[in-house]
Amino acid sequence: MKPILMIDFGSTNTKVTAVDLEEGKLLGTAASYTTIQTDINDGLENALKKLHEKLGGELDYAAKYACSSAAGGLRMIASGLVPELTAEAARQAALGAGAKVMKTYSYELTDDDAEEIAAIKPDIFLLTGGTDGGNKDNIIQNAQVVAGIDADFPVLIAGNRAAVRTCQKILEESGKQVMITENVMPRFNELNIEPAQSKIRELFLDRIIKAKGLSQASQLISGIMMPTPAAVLAAMELLSKGTEEQKGLGELVAVDVGGATTDLYSMTDGAPDRAGTVLKGLPEPFAKRTVEGDIGMRYSAAGIVEAAGMKRISLLSGLDEDRCWELLDLITEDTSTMPDTDELKAFDKALASMAVKTGLTRHAGTVEKVYTPMGEAWVQSGKDLSRVDKIIITGGSLIHGEPEDVRDIASHALYNLAEAASLKPRNADVLVDKEYILSAMGLLSQYEPDIALKIMKKELISYGTAQ
Amino acid sequence: MENKKKLVIGVIGADVHAVGIQILDHAFTDAGFEVTNLGVMVSQEEFIAAATETAADAIMVSSLYGHGELDCRGLRDKCNEAGLKDILLYVGGNIVVGKQPFDEVEVRFKKMGYDRVFGPGTAPEETIACLKEDFNL
Repeated sequence: MKPILMIDFGSTNTKVTAVDLEEGKLLGTAASYTTIQTDINDGLENALKKLHEKLGGELDYAAKYACSSAAGGLRMIASGLVPELTAEAARQAALGAGAKVMKTYSYELTDDDAEEIAAIKPDIFLLTGGTDGGNKDNIIQNAQVVAGIDADFPVLIAGNRAAVRTCQKILEESGKQVMITENVMPRFNELNIEPAQSKIRELFLDRIIKAKGLSQASQLISGIMMPTPAAVLAAMELLSKGTEEQKGLGELVAVDVGGATTDLYSMTDGAPDRAGTVLKGLPEPFAKRTVEGDIGMRYSAAGIVEAAGMKRISLLSGLDEDRCWELLDLITEDTSTMPDTDELKAFDKALASMAVKTGLTRHAGTVEKVYTPMGEAWVQSGKDLSRVDKIIITGGSLIHGEPEDVRDIASHALYNLAEAASLKPRNADVLVDKEYILSAMGLLSQYEPDIALKIMKKELISYGTAQ
Repeated sequence: MENKKKLVIGVIGADVHAVGIQILDHAFTDAGFEVTNLGVMVSQEEFIAAATETAADAIMVSSLYGHGELDCRGLRDKCNEAGLKDILLYVGGNIVVGKQPFDEVEVRFKKMGYDRVFGPGTAPEETIACLKEDFNL
């Protein structure tokens, strides 16, 4: 046996996953509750103790890898020039790097914006704007505003290459740590976010780990600390594309409904299915992540109700509307409420269904029929997910449910006639991350992609087809 | 290389004529311009967004389906609003309904704020010559 350990430092949980590399199988998982007050290392110790009780003894790990979303995760601010162009590209870059995007700015930063940025105090500020050789004034102006902000955070410059040196000088003179990388949009509508993402990861390692009290833990760890969402994204990409030796599952979407936010992932180029469709907007990355900050099962339950309407929740849960409002108050007041009554179970199921529906609707692209003097034409913006036939369900609030309940909830991710313009999947097999291993497999994928893929294929349990 | 004049080109409105704009893309690029081609069914907002990011020197609007007069109205005002104050605006193609005397059409589009107006059947060379003149190349 050659055991290795993967650790996921979360804001409420520290999760450990042990894998035997020799046999290429999962040995076990365990989690321990942590709070902001508890030392992150205590959480790790407790989780390990639990794991070793399960496994019947301590293991001698050949390596330990970790990812983290503790202490609020990787908090970033993105800025660009035009909202739907460089500002959006910057936002995409940050999201794909696993960051929590606190705010995205476009055009010139104002003094009010500067105050807001100082208050947010991001872990990284991503400064972009202008295509290469394009607009220079805006990014330079914004560099000046950022330089004037009295808060200590590093700035990553990924804008017009003709302006980066000027921006660097301005920012360095103000004492800010500066990193430079390739433009997120070197030519109009050309997305180039990978270089920025790898710099974000470097900065995360260098600086954020130390700042967030993880450095003590990191001495025990042999490699790659990355933001947890970046690990999940890596796992999903591997599961979709496969390796040289093993086939992947092909196009898929994944939904992670958490207590405060809902993360969505899609692995597909999302190209139009219909001939003669005109694509609008930025080209979409194959591996795309979006986060819905207002959609979650506890802290953001009110956001679900706002998006879906309490009438819908009442209808789905079979509870009357007044009771639903009472339950909503209950769970938002005490966010640790577990669904331990039939009533709360029904309510949670309705909330989860609407969380999945709202999240997928926002993640998926749309298509619009346009009547032109030459006949009908279609205009698509965003990703076409209609051919995608697999939905991965992960996240603590969903994976422990009964198979038929989870399948029902997942079915709300699908296309329906009432929103014909939304390009959501038509039919999909529901695969559930029952052991909650995706972030661990994302870490493992950086070293042993074949083993990570093999384990995911085995451990993701099919709950049938959602319709 | 860095000094090339930058053009944003595209077919405005609900117009799906896709061939001519590719020809213009090649012709302008060969003539030494840096071209951002937005393709077909381009809205005024998209022209402005592209011109803003690329710091374009001119916006070249094509229209072939006869509705250009509706689609093109207000672009100059929006450019001014967006801070693209002195950007050159060209328009060309079958820009009005039916066959109308071109000099009248030209006057109407110039009033809308277009610097140059081209009728049907204009060769790319003619437009290129105008660009060079306007840019003092």
